[in-house]
Amino acid sequence: MINTECQDERHQKGHMHLPNSPLWAHHLTVSYDKRKIIQELSVQIPHNSFTVIIGPNACGKSTLLRALSGLLKPELGHIVLDGKALAASKSKEIARKLGLLPQSAIAPEGITAADLVARGRYPHQSLFRQWSETDEQIVANAMEATGTRELSHRLVEELSGGQRQRVWVAMALAQQTPLLLLDEPTTYLDIAHQIELMELFAELNKQGNTLVAVLHDLNHAARYATHLIAMKDGHIVAQGRPGDIVTEQLVEEVFDLPCKIIEDPVTKTPLIVPIGKRNSQ
Amino acid sequence: MQPIQFGRREIVLTWPVKCRVGVRAAAITLVMLGGVLVLAAMSLVYGTMQVRLIDAVGAIFGQAEGMTRTVVVEWRLSRVVAAIVFGAGLGVSGAIFQSLTKNPLGSPDIIGFSSGAYTGALLVLLGTGAVSFAMVATGAIAGGLATAVIVYALAFRGGSKGFRLIIAGIALSAMLSSLNAMLLLRSDSDAAFSAAAWGIGSLNGVSWLHVAPASIVTLVLLLLSGLQTRALREIELGDDAAKAHGVSIERSRFLLIATAVVLTAVPTSVMGPVTFVALAAPQIARRLAGSSRSLIPAAVMGALLLLASDFLAQRAVKGTILPVGVVTLSLGGVYLVWLLFSQARKRQHD
Ligand SMILES: Nc1ncnc2c1ncn2[C@@H]1O[C@H](COP(=O)(O)OP(=O)(O)OP(=O)(O)O)[C@@H](O)[C@H]1O
Ligand SMILES: [Mg+2]
Repeated sequence: MINTECQDERHQKGHMHLPNSPLWAHHLTVSYDKRKIIQELSVQIPHNSFTVIIGPNACGKSTLLRALSGLLKPELGHIVLDGKALAASKSKEIARKLGLLPQSAIAPEGITAADLVARGRYPHQSLFRQWSETDEQIVANAMEATGTRELSHRLVEELSGGQRQRVWVAMALAQQTPLLLLDEPTTYLDIAHQIELMELFAELNKQGNTLVAVLHDLNHAARYATHLIAMKDGHIVAQGRPGDIVTEQLVEEVFDLPCKIIEDPVTKTPLIVPIGKRNSQ
Repeated sequence: MQPIQFGRREIVLTWPVKCRVGVRAAAITLVMLGGVLVLAAMSLVYGTMQVRLIDAVGAIFGQAEGMTRTVVVEWRLSRVVAAIVFGAGLGVSGAIFQSLTKNPLGSPDIIGFSSGAYTGALLVLLGTGAVSFAMVATGAIAGGLATAVIVYALAFRGGSKGFRLIIAGIALSAMLSSLNAMLLLRSDSDAAFSAAAWGIGSLNGVSWLHVAPASIVTLVLLLLSGLQTRALREIELGDDAAKAHGVSIERSRFLLIATAVVLTAVPTSVMGPVTFVALAAPQIARRLAGSSRSLIPAAVMGALLLLASDFLAQRAVKGTILPVGVVTLSLGGVYLVWLLFSQARKRQHD
């Protein structure tokens, strides 16, 4: 059944079809209390890609990530993870394949950074094996990679916003899933830590992980994404390689923002320079 | 690579489950357990009839006859077991609800579940006259669950959960308390008289007939809540993060709520609505033991609090045996004032 629908998909709209996409959605409609946020959206996350989703506030980016990770049941349409319908998969099974850093997570009172990162190991643990040397090694590596090793013993509520954000990212990394969905992982970070984290994601991507991140920084998106998805009002406006799709028209259309696009002198990717009202004469 | 620092001294247990255990939490729990043992021994030995410790222990193991046996095993031991097991049940029930509501005020005695359980028990008791304990207990469980359903229905309308739930619970709790008082006033039978004495929560005159089945149910539920602890700790991270880690959140939350309601309702069906233990035990345990993943410190603290309160209640006023609920209510009042002040102060700082 899934096969025939794949073929429908191919005929429709001339979308490219990615046979080994680890995560794809077909004709997805997602609503909160009857209000449709996403309608008839089809998307395929390319295998081994670093996919970045951009779009204005409230356009449905987080909603899409929540649906793709099984947190939110779509009203219509279906999602396929690793060749298996998401709706038919057990939540723990999903959690071993797909990790998610939600936009709003809560640190319980009195929890230390290392403890929080260790929570990411949950899908790999069981009642009788709640901790192992492997867990410890992975938690240590995740904290090393995010530069939070020195914070491990500190209370999360006493960390700065950026430190806290990196601890959350470490928790998602500790889940060790081949697919990682990140909702605004670089918010709160200073520019150096933003770049550091983006490079970490690019490195993870090079090592064979598929990443999907929602970002607000278009220049980071254009520089690091191997696949870019631009959303507006619950629709996908454009998708493809940043170099192919990022144009002044697209930015204007998606963000209502007049801009100039020049070449990034370092990476040769598109660099978006907003014009702003004052300079527009 | 250096071992990771979790911010406290820990050891890794390999049996019965492989897990990390905080050294401080374990030590404090052991000390509290010691306190429980000492208090239990004192409760068995002291009283109108003094018994030597060795005779009391002998009596428990069937080495005594006549009055000693009756006093130690039938009267005192049933009371001690009730205080320990029900105290642990209330402590864990409080810990679960405080964690689900993310608020130290969100305990079953504050948000109306004990009053609701008591209403259920009263309705059965007064409605049918002298009935079997199983029916009263069932009434209490039904009352507790019905209250939970109403509070959640009132609170979940708008989405924001913790605080609304507590406000709804406090309001319902007040209504149920007056309903309970009315139920007692409207009927002037013997049943009402005994029910009224029980209205503030009392262990006076409890017998094995009630304590034994209620303790077994409570112990089973304590085990069940132990199985749910990991899910509970995940839910503390927020629904999205918990689901992303593979917790079936609706199922887990339902199981946790049901377990915690019954952990309050069953003790309430025996001793009436004892306040304060569920409210304070998890918080005091946490302050002493540090934050711990396990519910065990809250359980042991609950047992210690109820046992100590009952010990006091029997001896505070010469010549009378107060209901334990009087002691916990006074302690609870002081604690609640302190909690509200410290919360208000914290809120100002935020
Ligand atoms: N839990 C919820 N209940 C009801 N409506 C919601 C909920 N979460 C989001 N929405 C609504 O859905 C729409 C899309 O929200 P979403 O969080 O997906 O936006 P977003 O693209 O991630 O925005 P941002 O860039 O601000 O994070 C918004 O109009 C929002 O108000
Ligand atoms: Mg968002």
